[in-house]
Amino acid sequence: MTLLRHLGAAIVVALIVGYLSISLNAFRDFQIAEIAVYVVAVAGLTVLIGLSGQISIGHGAFMAVGAYAAALLLMHLGWPLEAVLAASAVITALAGLLVGVAAARLRGPYLAGVTLMLAVALPSLADQFAGAFGGDQGLSVGVTTPAFLGATFPLTRWLAWVSCAAALITLVLLANLSRSRIGRSWRAVRDDEAAAALAGLNVARLRILAFVVSAACAGLAGALLGIVTSLVSPGSFTLTLSIALLTGAVIGGLGSLAGAVWGSLVIVLVPTYVTDVATSHGLSSSVAANIPVVAYGVVLIVVMLAFPAGIQGALRRLYGPVIPAASGSLNTLRRHAPASEHPEEGTQ
Amino acid sequence: MQEFLEFTLGGISFGMIYAAIGLSLVLIWRGTRILNYAQGGMAMFTAYIALIVINHTGNYWAGFAAALAAGVVLGAVCERVIRPTQGKPPLNAVIVTIGLLILLEGLAGIIYGGQFRSFPAAFSISGLKIGSTSLGASRNDVFVAVAVLAAALALAVMFRYTSAGLRLRATAFSPGVARLLGVRVGRVLTLGWVLAGLIGALAGVLVSPNTFLYPNSMDSIFVLGFTAAVIGGLDSPVGAVVGGLILGVALNYVSGYLGSALMPVFGLCALVLVLMVRPSGLFGAASSRQV
Amino acid sequence: MKRSARLRPACITAAVATLAMVAAACGSSGGSNSSSSALTASAPGVTKSEIVIGSHQPLTGVAAPGYSEIAPASNAYFQYVNAHGGVYGRKIVYKYLDDGYDPAKTVSVVRQLVLQDNVYAIFDGLGTPTHLAVVKFLNSEKVPDVFVASGCECWNSPSTEPETFGWQLDYVREGKILGQYIKQHFAGKKIGYFYQDDEFGMDGVKGLDDEIPSSQVVSKQSYDPTNINIGPQVAALKAAGAQVVVSFSVPAFTALLRLNSLKLSFAPQLVVSNVGSDPITLAGLLQAFAKQGGATVNGNQLTQGIITDSYLPSLGQTSNSWVAMFKRIHDTYDPKAPFDGNVAYGEAVAYAFVQAMFKAGRNPTRADLVSAIQGGLTQGPVLAPYTYGPSDHAGMTGAFVGEIENGVIVQQGSVMVTNTAASGPITAYTGTEQSAPASGLPPR
Repeated sequence: MTLLRHLGAAIVVALIVGYLSISLNAFRDFQIAEIAVYVVAVAGLTVLIGLSGQISIGHGAFMAVGAYAAALLLMHLGWPLEAVLAASAVITALAGLLVGVAAARLRGPYLAGVTLMLAVALPSLADQFAGAFGGDQGLSVGVTTPAFLGATFPLTRWLAWVSCAAALITLVLLANLSRSRIGRSWRAVRDDEAAAALAGLNVARLRILAFVVSAACAGLAGALLGIVTSLVSPGSFTLTLSIALLTGAVIGGLGSLAGAVWGSLVIVLVPTYVTDVATSHGLSSSVAANIPVVAYGVVLIVVMLAFPAGIQGALRRLYGPVIPAASGSLNTLRRHAPASEHPEEGTQ
Repeated sequence: MQEFLEFTLGGISFGMIYAAIGLSLVLIWRGTRILNYAQGGMAMFTAYIALIVINHTGNYWAGFAAALAAGVVLGAVCERVIRPTQGKPPLNAVIVTIGLLILLEGLAGIIYGGQFRSFPAAFSISGLKIGSTSLGASRNDVFVAVAVLAAALALAVMFRYTSAGLRLRATAFSPGVARLLGVRVGRVLTLGWVLAGLIGALAGVLVSPNTFLYPNSMDSIFVLGFTAAVIGGLDSPVGAVVGGLILGVALNYVSGYLGSALMPVFGLCALVLVLMVRPSGLFGAASSRQV
Repeated sequence: MKRSARLRPACITAAVATLAMVAAACGSSGGSNSSSSALTASAPGVTKSEIVIGSHQPLTGVAAPGYSEIAPASNAYFQYVNAHGGVYGRKIVYKYLDDGYDPAKTVSVVRQLVLQDNVYAIFDGLGTPTHLAVVKFLNSEKVPDVFVASGCECWNSPSTEPETFGWQLDYVREGKILGQYIKQHFAGKKIGYFYQDDEFGMDGVKGLDDEIPSSQVVSKQSYDPTNINIGPQVAALKAAGAQVVVSFSVPAFTALLRLNSLKLSFAPQLVVSNVGSDPITLAGLLQAFAKQGGATVNGNQLTQGIITDSYLPSLGQTSNSWVAMFKRIHDTYDPKAPFDGNVAYGEAVAYAFVQAMFKAGRNPTRADLVSAIQGGLTQGPVLAPYTYGPSDHAGMTGAFVGEIENGVIVQQGSVMVTNTAASGPITAYTGTEQSAPASGLPPR
């Protein structure tokens, strides 16, 4: 029932995006692909933070794992694209399992510290094993448009379609997962660990599972990023990326997967838009270059202070009573963030 | 043997900087349960203010004092910005501090330009020697270590023997109970941020001769300072200092004997190992439950 | 003598330009490049009044200090050209976007420039990992990708990447030239390497190893540019007893090397690659420390005696016509930036671009720019000849070795030229240096 509703919504969105990708210019196609990539990663992070109540400041590291896995699979084994994407997600899920196990006992800032160091340390391995990972210069990733679309079909548009398809599939799967027994258990653990354990839930296993799911999404996003940008290199997976993902998730609204879409729009479009405005006003170079940075900082602060539940939370407050169904189909996480003062969502 | 000595003393010098950053994080964490990701950015910004004063007056200590004063003001201002997030999901505060960090770095780029600035040291940076043996540490390194230790001791004394310190501890223990006992919790939280701003500014001034000054100059220092605080336990000022020292010295050995590229990986392994044994850090007490 | 020196290249330019025009006229069969024809919108980004070009630069983030001066300096030169008649009457519009030295961001901004802003060419894109991320895209879109700001050998693949051209001296050639100098001047001394752990440092080491006998090298220490604590590396060089330290480092790390040596009471002879040795940048970085080091009050004392190489005239030679020209333009159009090596670099590479644009003709297509450069460029401010040809897109071939004295690089011996092969000879360049054109514009 819900599955059908989610699928229906996904098909509608797919049609709209398909129309946009054809009617807009090639750079917009690229931006659509970029946004879709972020949606995949941010949605995974939203599940981890919003549903299971664990934080990660190092999700860029998981994206790196997926990206390198994809690049190596394409380069050495020449697998078809869909197999590469699936395999990258699986490989990264294993990495997530590892981190999840190591982190299962950690809470709050301690978990933040470990994931932060993960984001710093992991990309440096590419330099350590330059033979396999191409060092600082990274690995190039080449894909072509499939034959059935014809020789003149633009590659960027194809990649936009692939990314959007991946994003929609991810969102549908995550939406159903969060409605499932597992999702309910995650919320129970998030809201009151002790009570969840007393109710017979295996808290450690659930927390690890959240890491696995979330890492799989990040791995898929990393693989897509590598394919869309045609290169995988350590410079793309810095701490800045991890922080962008975290801010995307929180700004969008941890209470729902739709928040992941808003958050991704903010992190991709705000800097580009402000740069365009700043450079077109003839400001000196160092000022113009830093205005997008300042604007981004201000947006983060203002949104968080004005809309504590993120953009989706604000939208729901404004329009929620009027059109509950329009944005509602993906809003399955329901509650704002892991605010432990609100245990009424506990489904036990 | 001499190499070992040089690695060790060099590590202590950097370790004290990590300790200072860690200490400032602990000060805010204990009172507010907020992890201040803007701490490095605040330290960078106050170091710029110090540099301007030094260049203007030609006096290092005038700049030093200006940085500390600016740290106090900036700490209070940041506390005002962040206050509305109290009682909201804890991640909101995290995002606001990240926003503050990005804002401060962007503002520094606009106001001071993106160039590297040379930042003076308080004392000579030429190496000290015992007889003909070089120690691999300078007078300035000694000053760095003494300054951070003095600051840590002063904090310890304040916590223990002053009423402000008592209120800080009470609030850290339980804001609700403290409020019932008549403590004006809001003021105490501001005091925590002010002290953190002060210690952060100290760290910025002390480390900038080694990093040069630019908008991102504190980024990697902050990561290691944070790591130091986590290793030591975020509730413990002593832990921050010990964590900083351990991290500084251990990383120097790794870098010297195994190669600098292995440092981040080793840092991660050390952190994971420590937290596997003690999930709340070496000196942490109770486990916390928040995100 | 001076006159003939000035005339000869002009003649060559004219001859080459004529040939190129003939070739272009034959190729395009339209003959639209004759001097009387009207200006048309001949290519994407080229209108009747403008030539729009783009670039990706680190304007914010950790790579911004220093490097963020380059694009504004290039733009200063373009503004000068625009104010003096432009390129056949067209103004150059230089749109450089910030990529923060992040390859994924580079991909995004370059697509914006090419697909949305329709730039004519990408000019001076900065950085090896960043630019590598867009080379394939630019070549598949047939966008000229000229004068990449990086000394990687990788820009010289005309068969697979026909649109891409390097410019500055590559790090292998540079390593060889410095290596030969060390072999000749420090025979029997113990040598230590200090290098950045990426392609820049490793290419440099490759060049050094071609020349310096391995028995002389006592220690090789690499540093990670995100970690400023290089004390352990310097201590290791000291423990190995290095008497000469060759450094393939960026300026901040050259300065850190100097400061850490002071701390460790270690005083080797420093030999530093061009990238990390600009005396003005270094003096600025070390400025605050010199006061305590002794009597002088500037950073020059701490750069004294550093051996380095340069492919542009030393900025200390204020009488040099190129230096004077660059300074004049800098003072008018980019006065806030310090007049240092990055600024000179930005202006010199912009000069090379305008050279190529004049050669490409009145109504250039994108292919015209590529064939203009492949037809060869005269040296201009560069001290050694360019390699440009149909089968070579590398750029410069050599540099002189010099010593920093009182904040100025003083040339020692001739300009040396070489190739990138391990056994390729390193020879003195015997050609004559050109003077800057009085107009400040390259000869048409």
